[in-house]
Amino acid sequence: MVRSGTLILNAAARLLLPLQLLFSLFLLLRGHDEPGGGFIAGLVAAGAFALYLFARGRRALSEMLKVSPRDLVGMGLLLGVLATLPAWWVGEPFFTAQWWTIPVIDFKASTPLIFDIGVYLVVVGSVLTAITALVKTDDQEDDEH
Amino acid sequence: MQLAVLGGFVVAGMAPLLHHWFGARTPLVMALLPASLSAWLLGQWPAVASGEVLLLEWAWVPGLDITLTFLIDGLAWLFAMLITVIGALVLVYSGEYLRGHRDLPRFLVVITAFMMSMLGLVLADNLVTLFVFWELTSITSYLLIGFNHTDLAARKAALQGLFVTVGGGLALLAGFAMLAVAGDSWSLAELTRRGELLREHALYTPLLVCVLLGAFTKSAQFPFHFWLPNAMAAPTPVSAYLHSATMVKAGVYLLARLHPALGGTDGWVITLSLVGALTMATGAFLAIQHTNVKKLLAYSTVMALGTLTMLLGIGTEGALVAFVIFLLAHSLYKGALFMVAGILDHETGTKDVTAMGGLRRVMPITAAVAGVAALSLAGLPPLLGFVGKELMFASVLSVDAWRPLILLLAFTAAFLTLAVAAIVALRPFFGVPRETPRAPHEAPHAMLAGPALLAALSLSFGLAPGLLDPLVGATVAGIGAPGAEVHLALWHGVNLPLLLSLASLLLGLLAYRHWDRLRAWLARLEPLMARGPEAGYEALMAGMVSVAGWQTRMLQNGHIRNYLVVTLLVLVGLVGHALVFRHTLEFDFALAVYFHEAVVAGLMIAGAVAACVMRSRLAAVAALGIMGFSIALTFVLFSAPDLAITQLLVETLTVILLVLVLFRLPRFATLSTPIERLRDLAVASLTGGLITLLMLSVLSGERLPRISDYMTANSQPLGHGHNIVNVILVDFRALDTLGEMFVLALAAIGVYAMLRFHAEAYDARRQAPPPERDDG
Repeated sequence: MVRSGTLILNAAARLLLPLQLLFSLFLLLRGHDEPGGGFIAGLVAAGAFALYLFARGRRALSEMLKVSPRDLVGMGLLLGVLATLPAWWVGEPFFTAQWWTIPVIDFKASTPLIFDIGVYLVVVGSVLTAITALVKTDDQEDDEH
Repeated sequence: MQLAVLGGFVVAGMAPLLHHWFGARTPLVMALLPASLSAWLLGQWPAVASGEVLLLEWAWVPGLDITLTFLIDGLAWLFAMLITVIGALVLVYSGEYLRGHRDLPRFLVVITAFMMSMLGLVLADNLVTLFVFWELTSITSYLLIGFNHTDLAARKAALQGLFVTVGGGLALLAGFAMLAVAGDSWSLAELTRRGELLREHALYTPLLVCVLLGAFTKSAQFPFHFWLPNAMAAPTPVSAYLHSATMVKAGVYLLARLHPALGGTDGWVITLSLVGALTMATGAFLAIQHTNVKKLLAYSTVMALGTLTMLLGIGTEGALVAFVIFLLAHSLYKGALFMVAGILDHETGTKDVTAMGGLRRVMPITAAVAGVAALSLAGLPPLLGFVGKELMFASVLSVDAWRPLILLLAFTAAFLTLAVAAIVALRPFFGVPRETPRAPHEAPHAMLAGPALLAALSLSFGLAPGLLDPLVGATVAGIGAPGAEVHLALWHGVNLPLLLSLASLLLGLLAYRHWDRLRAWLARLEPLMARGPEAGYEALMAGMVSVAGWQTRMLQNGHIRNYLVVTLLVLVGLVGHALVFRHTLEFDFALAVYFHEAVVAGLMIAGAVAACVMRSRLAAVAALGIMGFSIALTFVLFSAPDLAITQLLVETLTVILLVLVLFRLPRFATLSTPIERLRDLAVASLTGGLITLLMLSVLSGERLPRISDYMTANSQPLGHGHNIVNVILVDFRALDTLGEMFVLALAAIGVYAMLRFHAEAYDARRQAPPPERDDG
């Protein structure tokens, strides 16, 4: 049922997608101090991809994404688990947050950030998995009509 | 060491990459991992030999008393050594056995992960850590047994092994929890020092039962022995490693480890010695009915595991020494024999010993190795197996309770095992050469190295058992006989154990001579065998499936309002009970509502009512949207921007999902009767009323110390963040978030699987002749 959209939607989606994704990255990175964070940013990104999907169809989305949404989920979980490990290395209890300052750009890198990126990927991946799966069955039924 | 074990899992994960670089030599490269671990262990030997108990401290979750501390004493050292040395040999061997196999990288991943799990299991000091590694061995061995996953029998055997061992694992978890409560510690080093306390404790019997269930299922004790021979569906290197030297010994290891803590009571002694003796006899008796060389060896492994359990049950100093010798001897000869079985299978293309013959001419080295290892299995001098068997008989003769029965079972097992040894070592290599599916050659060096080394060790330890004195002394110290004077010798003079050995030799050879006739005769017992414990397992599984089907039909009837009614009523029941009986309701709060707050609340109520009465689906969705956005507004009013943003985004995505779902639904219709709707109204009002009461009650009365104060105060200093919500999510309560991530991932996979199956069913329907349609 989801067909390629109208010209306006089509053009808007193409222009909006980078902006929306940038915004979601912004939300993700500032999340520790200001409203935002991995979950919200993930929802924004998923919304952006959903818009693109409605405008240009499932095939265009999967060509652009290059990875399957399910792999995004897996990568997110992996990052989440990896973020628990550095504490072991320095002999602190499991999951203790570790902070490193990257000197030149004065950026606070940390395991919570890695973990938040994991949350982000899981949210994007899960929502897109559900949405594309719904669209997929629709396409098949479309073929018949 | 912990780093080495954890890093080992990483190496396991890298196997496909290594395979990309090194190709067929990858197993050799990966064998360096266990080899270097065993070298490290060798370096620790002087400390271990002097009776020192090494504790490598490592915190994991200190708040829950969970540590990753490793404990290395003689017992752990012996097991770790067996795991790493045989592990390295098996890796080398499998490189040849599975040469050119498409799934070699996958095999290497799983077997290395298994190796590390097993190593973690025998080294862990903490009960929780031990349990985690215990379950990891179950899972990895499931993957290994089912390695040939296109084969239905292999999948079935893998699942059976998994169910039996994981079922036992559940019991073990309960047992460990009780053990920790009774002994007031999660550390094995502590618990083994608190034997008195544990044996006197009221929980002793239930915890013993649970722990024994776990150990017996893992170590294939009667009546759980049936999964082990079925697990022979695995590739032979796996059988050589898991089902002789390592995994099945995990249960025995646990029993040995807990012997100082739990052993010595009547319950322990009688259960272990009887179950062990019964397992011995059952294994040996079932072994001789088979002609498949791997099954023969598998059942004789069951027999050996029974012997080990029995010796731990007897528990005297002599029995513990016998335990260690028998354990070592068995690992050496059984590893070698399984590898020989793999060579035979690989070279001749059959596993049936009656189809082979005269192979000694073409495979002289294999024949020699098999001969030496089988002599040890048979318990004949001058092999280590002989030393073990003598000690075993001596221990059995010292038993107080049930001595005649145990002696009879042990003797039966001994002579039948001798027959098995003769079958495995003589049948394929002597006699007339036979036509086999493949023309046999001598095996390549990589396949011979492992068994030859193990057989050589069997022989040299047998000739000079005195070499083992310090090792055995250090090991029995860990099992509960500290300071034992151990002097092993091959020859003890003419005594009762020797006479028993002689008698079993004669009877065993007799059984071997008449093996074919014996088998034909035993085949008549087939109907009786079909009612064994395995039939019980099958019945249990079938029962579980039908109960699952029944309760699914009961609960999952496909009407979402029924699910909701059940869920909400349970909620009302539990929360209402707690609220009314455990808590005095009091309402004491200042009600100050601003006008704009009242407007938002009114919008919410209007949205909810509208959603219920709308006759159009789109309008109902819109009404729900009003409600959602009003909730978001509430969050804004009470300055929770993160929640507001989340709520808005969720509302947006809900609309997207609904758009995708809506048009697939049938036309709007009223499906429920007025009475049903009244019922739903009652349930909804009840739930809403209860939650309202709950919220009002929370707001009034004396407040508990607020957690949020702590969070607010520490967000910046501890979490380096100003956004408290985010700091809680990714730092303070990150473990909860991690759990939720997995839930989300599972939900996504669930949606995907359901829709995918729906699509497949749809495709299948479309392949079939189309049903009649009237709308075109």
